[in-house]
Amino acid sequence: MRRLWAPGLRHLVMLSVVGVVLAPILYTLLTSFKFQRDIYTGALLFEPTLRNYRALFTGSQGVFDRLIMNSLIAGFGNTLLVLAVASLAAYSLTRFGWRPLWSGLILGWLLFVYMLPPITFVGPYYVTARNLGLYDNPLTVGIAHMVLTLPFAVWLMQSFFREIPRELEEAAAIDGCSRAGTFWRIILPISRPGLFATGILTFIFSWKDFLFALVLTSTPRGNTIPIGIASFVQEYNLRYGELSSAAILATIPAVILIVLAQRHIVKGMTMGAVKG
Amino acid sequence: VKAARQRSARAELTNRRSWLDPGQLLDQKFHYLAIVPLIVVLVALTAYPAVQLVRMSLSDVALVSGGTSWSFVGLAHWRSLLDDEVARIALTNTLIFATVVVTAETVLGLTLAYLVSGTRILNTFYRTVVILPMLLPPIAIGAVWRLMYDFNVGPINRLLHEVGISAPLWLADTRWALPSVMIVDIWHWTSFMFLIFLAGVQSIPSELNEAGEVDGANGWQIFRFIILPLLRPTIIVALMLRTIMSFKVFDVPYLLTGGGPGTATELISLHIERVYFQQFQMGRGAVLALATAAVLSVFIVLYQRASRVEKGQEAR
Repeated sequence: MRRLWAPGLRHLVMLSVVGVVLAPILYTLLTSFKFQRDIYTGALLFEPTLRNYRALFTGSQGVFDRLIMNSLIAGFGNTLLVLAVASLAAYSLTRFGWRPLWSGLILGWLLFVYMLPPITFVGPYYVTARNLGLYDNPLTVGIAHMVLTLPFAVWLMQSFFREIPRELEEAAAIDGCSRAGTFWRIILPISRPGLFATGILTFIFSWKDFLFALVLTSTPRGNTIPIGIASFVQEYNLRYGELSSAAILATIPAVILIVLAQRHIVKGMTMGAVKG
Repeated sequence: VKAARQRSARAELTNRRSWLDPGQLLDQKFHYLAIVPLIVVLVALTAYPAVQLVRMSLSDVALVSGGTSWSFVGLAHWRSLLDDEVARIALTNTLIFATVVVTAETVLGLTLAYLVSGTRILNTFYRTVVILPMLLPPIAIGAVWRLMYDFNVGPINRLLHEVGISAPLWLADTRWALPSVMIVDIWHWTSFMFLIFLAGVQSIPSELNEAGEVDGANGWQIFRFIILPLLRPTIIVALMLRTIMSFKVFDVPYLLTGGGPGTATELISLHIERVYFQQFQMGRGAVLALATAAVLSVFIVLYQRASRVEKGQEAR
């Protein structure tokens, strides 16, 4: 008897959890297509409109084309830098015979940075960006994001490099390939799936960030999408239509990338806490 | 013979070149040099700012056109930390916040991991949906819940109204504001605990559960007497990790309440941001940032030790 209803109960509970997770997102999706009057009546059946999305790109607050551009600059800038630095470092850490003291020091440093609240970094970043004339520039935001993304990128790349057999490098050395050449022509091409997964996660983290962009930019010249979303809230009369469409706009790329890299996200998000 | 001599001469030449050619010398040190960019970035983005933070905490920093001007003030900002009433409230709020959300997320995450690990159909679907909130931009989550909680147009109050419950003002009510923010955090981060525990539950050999079933244990007993004891080290590590991470919370309360009403939802990160960028007291902000980092360092060191112990046991 228990065997009959237990699985059913499991699914019942899980499906209600799915409902709790998805309902707020779906409600926001619906709201983003509503006229103001339908937002106020809360109608579930309504005449859909793209007016809220259009408002993001035209009119007084229609700067989202610029904000999307800035988010992409910060995201790709960050991802390229992090992939270069992290893959080199991870290769060195897995293949060079570092004494445990040194490698432990570097990995411990990274883990420490990963766990500290980002708010502890923003004061000096702000002052430095001002002094160097890098304030209000999306690329500066991308560079600052390295402090969020480098730790797990090194961690992930290490786990990918560890799976590559050493014989491959030995064979390359016998064939007269230099060490840097081996890394560039053999190791990196083989690790393409790893670079791809790490890159996606890095990009998502940069795309999600609000704090660094808030501190390091002040105008649409440097602002990213999250800043645009927050600016709707600061007004006295909250326009939920535009707020919802902006939130959906920021969410879509994240959802697409998650579907692409689902398998690796577990490893990247739980750095160190999950084995294997 | 001639060919052999030529070959050995060429070998000698390449040998000698490895000493003379800087390119080749660099290449031999490649494994060693590959770490250099990481060190450079870490020094520029963490060590240098740490030094700067200490200097800031001992100075008045004024914004002037094209940069900043510093003047040394000694320990004045550190002394002001003691009379910072709002900082004390922010610390209390953050501790309450961390305790409640981490406890709830642990219990829920564990339950969900147990439930999902037992399903075969829809398993991937459940997993994808449950981890979704963790990967969304927190600012979008703030926007979503701002809409949910709205007193007039929000669906929560509309539902409560349908069933005849008079709803509170949620984010505008001093008693409800912090719990409202906590609910969103639990919605947001339960997925993180779920992921860690799912990996843990799945690493338990199924023979153990089957043995339990043969002995007549029901689902709860298997959970209580087999899974829970085996997961204990994982739970401890996850609890510590999530507690440390809960101190990072910024974006969602920034959008939902901005620390208000009054100081009802003032959290450490919000307070530091306000001191830095709304009151423009860089020195006092630096003191708060350093104090926060110092307290968390203790937690982080404890965490690193605990997780090493857990991994050590795992390896044996």
